[in-house]
Amino acid sequence: MSLLDYFKSSKVSSASLAKERLQILVAHERSSLNQPSYLPQLQKELLEVIQKYVNVGQDAISVSFEQDENQETLELNITLPDLITKKT
Amino acid sequence: MARIIVVTSGKGGVGKTTTSAAIAMGLAKKGHKTAVIDFDVGLRNLDLIMGCERRVVYDFVNVINGEATLNQALIRDKNCNLLYILPASQTRDKDALSKEGVGRVLDELKKDFKYIVCDSPAGIEKGAHLAMYFADDAFVVTNPEVSSVRDSDRMLGILASKSYRAEQNQEPIKEYLLLTRYSPERVKLGEMLSVEDVQDILSLHLLGVIPESKSVLNASNSGTPVILDEKSDAGQAYGDIVARYLGENRPHRFIDDKKGFFRKFFGSK
Repeated sequence: MSLLDYFKSSKVSSASLAKERLQILVAHERSSLNQPSYLPQLQKELLEVIQKYVNVGQDAISVSFEQDENQETLELNITLPDLITKKT
Repeated sequence: MARIIVVTSGKGGVGKTTTSAAIAMGLAKKGHKTAVIDFDVGLRNLDLIMGCERRVVYDFVNVINGEATLNQALIRDKNCNLLYILPASQTRDKDALSKEGVGRVLDELKKDFKYIVCDSPAGIEKGAHLAMYFADDAFVVTNPEVSSVRDSDRMLGILASKSYRAEQNQEPIKEYLLLTRYSPERVKLGEMLSVEDVQDILSLHLLGVIPESKSVLNASNSGTPVILDEKSDAGQAYGDIVARYLGENRPHRFIDDKKGFFRKFFGSK
């Protein structure tokens, strides 16, 4: 570092930016790693079954998995198409 | 009882082979019979860092396939007669390693050696998986840099779930952090993640910090593990790491910027 650099030091250090980004990323990746590996396949097959009966899009279904000390929860959320739009 | 140490990182180029060579030499110099194994089949380099590249006759894959005995393949180090190197094959691909084969070779080594250091290849594929699979201790080599820290975290997940110890519900692999290529000056300027930052993210026990040092390249140029360069900062840092691993209590060094006031203002580097 030279004398000139000393006077133009920047406000937010790049190291603190790196730490913040890593903390968010690592927390996210750790939680997704704990999910069972069958989730995407389950989501795909459920969607195929539902599509046999109801006209729903690709993103109409969401499957999420949560885990705490006592139990594992599999949450399934299906958004059915609006009745009004269906009639028209 | 023999202990198997894996030197791992996920990311390439962070100093796994440099570290494997240094700590294996350090353990042997402390009087423990040590073997260091290169798991990077197809891209071996430990032989070059240890300076025994011209003495390789048989390799790890030959031993697994029964084409050579372990004693034929092990190369005795020229600097320390308690240290032996088992080189990787340069001509086969990584599928030449099998879990049974690696397990068999390690079991045989365990009868005769106190420490077995496994130098893992980069990545999370077969070679890297087998290098850590039978480990008792893991040295996670990390640079203070975003991609290296992320990959180390991924590696920790794999150590905790896909090792022999995890599969057998045994006591988990002991994990240690080795922060390499550390530059206290840049940390002070806010340009580099600090030791504390990396520990906050990875929550690992810090075994030691290796400063960014010219001596590492000098050592690899000449094929002598950097730990033998006792005058260098990196050599001393690896010496501390080996001592700490063996239970000595040594304060951490090379973490703070030691540059004087005058040099800071009127530059250097």
